Amino acid sequence: MNLFAYDFMQRALIAAVLVGLIAPLIGVFLVQRRLSLLGDGMGHVALTGVGLAFLLGTAPVPTAMVTAVIGAFLIEFIRYRSRTAGDVALALLFYGGIAGGVLFASLAPGKAASSLNAYLFGSLTTVAGADLIALVALCVAVLIVLAIFGRELFAVSLDTEIAQVQGIKVRAMSTLMAVLAAVVVVVGMRVVGLLLVSAIMIVPVAAAQQITRSFISTATLAVALGVFASVAGLTTSFYVEVPPGPTIVLVALGTFAFLALLAVPIRKRRRVLT
Amino acid sequence: MSVIDVERACVEFDGDHVLENIDLRIEAGEFVALLGPNGSGKSTLVRAILGLQPLEHGRVRLFDEPLGRFSDWSRIALVPQRLPGTNSIPVSVWETVTSGRITPRSRFKRVGKEAKAAAQLALTEVGLWPRRHDRLETLSGGQQRRVLIARALATSADLLVMDEPTAGIDAENLTHLVHLLGELHKQGVTVLVVTHELTDIEHLVTRAIVLGEDRTGTIRYDGPPPVPASFADAVHHHDDHPHDQSAAPTGLTPR
Repeated sequence: MNLFAYDFMQRALIAAVLVGLIAPLIGVFLVQRRLSLLGDGMGHVALTGVGLAFLLGTAPVPTAMVTAVIGAFLIEFIRYRSRTAGDVALALLFYGGIAGGVLFASLAPGKAASSLNAYLFGSLTTVAGADLIALVALCVAVLIVLAIFGRELFAVSLDTEIAQVQGIKVRAMSTLMAVLAAVVVVVGMRVVGLLLVSAIMIVPVAAAQQITRSFISTATLAVALGVFASVAGLTTSFYVEVPPGPTIVLVALGTFAFLALLAVPIRKRRRVLT
Repeated sequence: MSVIDVERACVEFDGDHVLENIDLRIEAGEFVALLGPNGSGKSTLVRAILGLQPLEHGRVRLFDEPLGRFSDWSRIALVPQRLPGTNSIPVSVWETVTSGRITPRSRFKRVGKEAKAAAQLALTEVGLWPRRHDRLETLSGGQQRRVLIARALATSADLLVMDEPTAGIDAENLTHLVHLLGELHKQGVTVLVVTHELTDIEHLVTRAIVLGEDRTGTIRYDGPPPVPASFADAVHHHDDHPHDQSAAPTGLTPR
């Protein structure tokens, strides 16, 4: 059974490669700023977007995109303007996002809340041709933004105060980071699912940093691991006939476990050398 | 030309005056030591000057421009007291040093040869060029501090602001660092150093400012060194406090 023989599989594979590529690139900044759960918050908010799309009969990808980007601005606003800690601001998004998603989906005529499942855990068959064009465009946009602002994002994630004294607009960069996370969530929601998509931002980064010594090598290795986990997980899900989200995340977690074990002898060797 | 111009600056934390009516003008080419006991507002004043701490009243001008309109941040380099301590991704020594030149103006430019050469020179100066590929966290506290100094040196700033730069640095490297600061000063760089330890840099300092009385931030002495004996409580000398732990930043103890 050749999995490339199916159009839907080709589209799913391309989508998986895209999310495996850009998710760790954003994740590396989130992990550095200790905002690992931001992607999850965005995922929950995007769920409200999907529910809204069901209710209004609009296309899920753009609706989720708009909702998630609004969520990104909202969370930065809450973090700066109110006396709310970052984790509490995230918690508010989690609850509101899930509640809104299930509520709107339940209200939608002809769609049971159960059709949310494909968006929660990913599906092989839901990547439409039009989606694919949108996903490619979003990925290209993310890469261009990173090429322009990547170094400033790096400086901010290293030390916000020093970055500010270097003239970098720290708040604008934080908001940009949240918006980029929102875009990644939407790119990944079809294949990986909204509840697990942020794992592809975080787990490959966590795995890579076990053995790397610099930011750039962490980002590079994380991208390689992200693409590997996406493709391997997707292929597995095709043959085993389970949703792709869980298999992709489990493969990613497998690379983490492997590199964490590998790191012990590597660190020992480096200590001897230095 | 004045590099730093502070007028009637007031900072309050929950109703407590941390800085009260500070007037301070630093001209180009000065080497200023900012002294005072813990809690006297030294760091707060520096943060206010750099726009990191909002003022209750008063105003700050940098290079003759109001702080709000000042944009030429590449002219200023800050050596913080410690690493923020939030890094969880590995960052190499090299990446840390080269990050000092990242500004919105460098957005569409590649990292040039000049920047790389400056970073290499700065790392060589602080004696850490062989460690450039290592994770910053694997260095000792004193070495990390030297990396932060190298980051500032690798910029082409003409105002160098340093918060306790000599704390935790061993004797050999300290001698070299002090020599380096002297060279920079000779080249025309304006230096503002927040410190407890005047001994090592006293010969370079052209002006000493002592801050703080009853923990409120006012200027008690402003003039050339040596600081009069009546303000001795604000200045630690090696002999007085051979094991002064309060001066060592907690985040930078060697692992």
